[in-house]
Amino acid sequence: MNLIKYTFLITSFLFFLIKNSFACEVKARVSVVGNEFPAIQTVGAGVKKCKGAEVKTNLTADHQKINVAGMSSEPAEYTSAIVANTSIVALLNNDLIRPLDDLVKKHGSKLKKNQLITINGKVMAVAFMANAQHLVYRKDILEKLNISVPKTYEEMLSAAKKIRTSGLAKNPVGGAYKAGWNLAQEFNNMFIGYGGKHFKGNTPEPNVNTDAGKKALNMMKSLSEYMNPDFLTHDSNATNAEFRAGNVILMNMWGSRAATLTDADGVSDAVKKGMDIAGPMTVGGGNVPASTLFWDGWTVAKKISDAEAEATFIAMMNAIDPSIIKDDKVKKQAVWLLDGYTPTDSARGVFAAAKMNTTPYPMLPYAGLMHSAIGAEIADFMQGKENANKTLSDIEDAYSAAAKEKGFL
Amino acid sequence: MKHRTFFWFILPTFLAMLIFIFLPIISVILQSVHTSHENVLITVENCDPFGCKKVTSIDQNATKNLNQSKPLGKFVGLDIYFDRGHLAIEKFKLLWNNSENIFSFIESLSNLPFYKAVFFTLTFTFTVTPIMLLLGLLIALGVNSISKKLRGIVIFFSLLPMIVTPLIGSIILFWMIDSRGIIGNLIQWLLNDPNLSLKASTSLTWIMLIVYGVWHAIPFSFIVFYAGLQTVPRDQLESAKIDGANKFEEIIYIIIPHLMPLITFVTLMQLMDNFRVFEPIVGFSAEAHATSLSWIIFNDLGGETRQLSAAATSSILTIIGVIILLSPVLLRTWKDFKLKK
Repeated sequence: MNLIKYTFLITSFLFFLIKNSFACEVKARVSVVGNEFPAIQTVGAGVKKCKGAEVKTNLTADHQKINVAGMSSEPAEYTSAIVANTSIVALLNNDLIRPLDDLVKKHGSKLKKNQLITINGKVMAVAFMANAQHLVYRKDILEKLNISVPKTYEEMLSAAKKIRTSGLAKNPVGGAYKAGWNLAQEFNNMFIGYGGKHFKGNTPEPNVNTDAGKKALNMMKSLSEYMNPDFLTHDSNATNAEFRAGNVILMNMWGSRAATLTDADGVSDAVKKGMDIAGPMTVGGGNVPASTLFWDGWTVAKKISDAEAEATFIAMMNAIDPSIIKDDKVKKQAVWLLDGYTPTDSARGVFAAAKMNTTPYPMLPYAGLMHSAIGAEIADFMQGKENANKTLSDIEDAYSAAAKEKGFL
Repeated sequence: MKHRTFFWFILPTFLAMLIFIFLPIISVILQSVHTSHENVLITVENCDPFGCKKVTSIDQNATKNLNQSKPLGKFVGLDIYFDRGHLAIEKFKLLWNNSENIFSFIESLSNLPFYKAVFFTLTFTFTVTPIMLLLGLLIALGVNSISKKLRGIVIFFSLLPMIVTPLIGSIILFWMIDSRGIIGNLIQWLLNDPNLSLKASTSLTWIMLIVYGVWHAIPFSFIVFYAGLQTVPRDQLESAKIDGANKFEEIIYIIIPHLMPLITFVTLMQLMDNFRVFEPIVGFSAEAHATSLSWIIFNDLGGETRQLSAAATSSILTIIGVIILLSPVLLRTWKDFKLKK
């Protein structure tokens, strides 16, 4: 009996200690919207530890569809949106987030300078992690077939051919090629890898109907021949499921998803032990990797009271407190930009991407319009319905129509 | 009914329609003839974890005044209706002049997003509606002729497809028709083609969506027809039997004419329902192969870019489409009404 009593006492005391060590008091409403990958789940859980007022989070893959609407009302439904360099643009375009300079001075002593996203000299967001797509592969299979780890997409193709002829996998290449955002992102990677520039100089004029565009499309087409025939319906979750099932041997995958890729139930030991990661690949003899660098960070809404903004800032600071990366599980979820972070094994891919001078995704007001035009138009090419020239001019036409409507052209 | 009584009777409905249907449509029309103001672009220095860079950005202060004084945006008339995302007048003319025959014209027209969506929407509407009417009638006749003890349970199971939320139903089927799913695998085995994928082929995706649409809509027509069958006058059927009519002739000459008003009603409802097909496209991730007018509106409204004017224009075009589609049926009802008078 005594033993039970003491254990109970000690554990409750421990809980008390843990709870207090994370004590976070907020005085006003905090409401966060963001994506749903593991590192952001951790941040969301950190926000929810704050007590004292209403604190809630809404983490969903559809965050980009709801954050603008949710921050436009007066007062805004979301006091903070967790964004990346792609999605912050929509919030900036609609003037929905506030400068954070004062709050950084007051509560941001734990932030490093490179975490501050400044636009025209004003801090508009606080970054907490970096992300990029890079190679994820099955070491065991490559070793068995005596194939070296691909450094270029051309090598990936020849490796895929060898794997297919060996019979170890029918469709060895994976990629998030779902029509729409994912497919457009893969095109962007490849296009940049071939040295393409999306816009003419500093203007909003489109510039994808080029040689680089043609080469990028053809490379994607060649890769897709080694993919599951349903590739146009596979987003990163579905592609990861294919990898877990052992169907995919080589894939270009997000760093933020690679670390916890094999943590799911029912993954075979062969996949668990065989999985390895490497840097992003180059293409067509270029030096710049066919990948883009991302940061993920949080913003504070403009249309809320100053008290809510301060509460949100405190809660978000608590969520990204450098102490969270003491937990090994959390540490490997992402390439954290937090103080005291040392790269884990799972971070090699993103670090390699940064070291190879991968191009950051452009933070341009009209980049999103280009992205959706690409996503809508290249599905026809991938299905073999039209040639590369036609698709590229379709992209420019679709983009121009949208850009005119939004007041950029 | 006296006019006064009629007025008070209809007033609540009329007010609700005014507030929830008429006014929103007016606002959508207004939105569709305006675009965003031209953005004032400036070059600023942005810094992020990867370094500092000069990039183009919107000058919020300069744009703000313009937005506040004219919140609807810039008036552009019908420009958006005619742009590439919608009616694409210029491209239409170009394709018309350059196409050798009507088939190549239609094929190249379907490359434009609006026409692509219209083609699928119309195909879907005009295949699902008749198939569903026919099958619904057959099921109703079948259920009506089985023993009364079994009817309850059969009706319950026949209604299930309608009870399932369209999005959920389509996501479940999406996994079943996967090349590794139960239906997808079965079809591969039946056709002896291990590379066959329902999701990778446009024509198979269309067939799949149509089959799903029929599956989902049958219970509605079934239950309406079944209710109608209960009112078929017995004496007419009996006299038909005495005159020597067989089962088939009974259906053609007595049951169907009796059910005609219901058939018109179901056709009307289903034409509207099928014209705004949306959930299966999202559920089946079919946007690479098939888009519909509703899907275009959803796609323009969602995402980072939020093209409100484009979505408003597509909405108005959809409304016009519904009016054109329903006009024959409505005209017929009007004529019947006048005849009765």
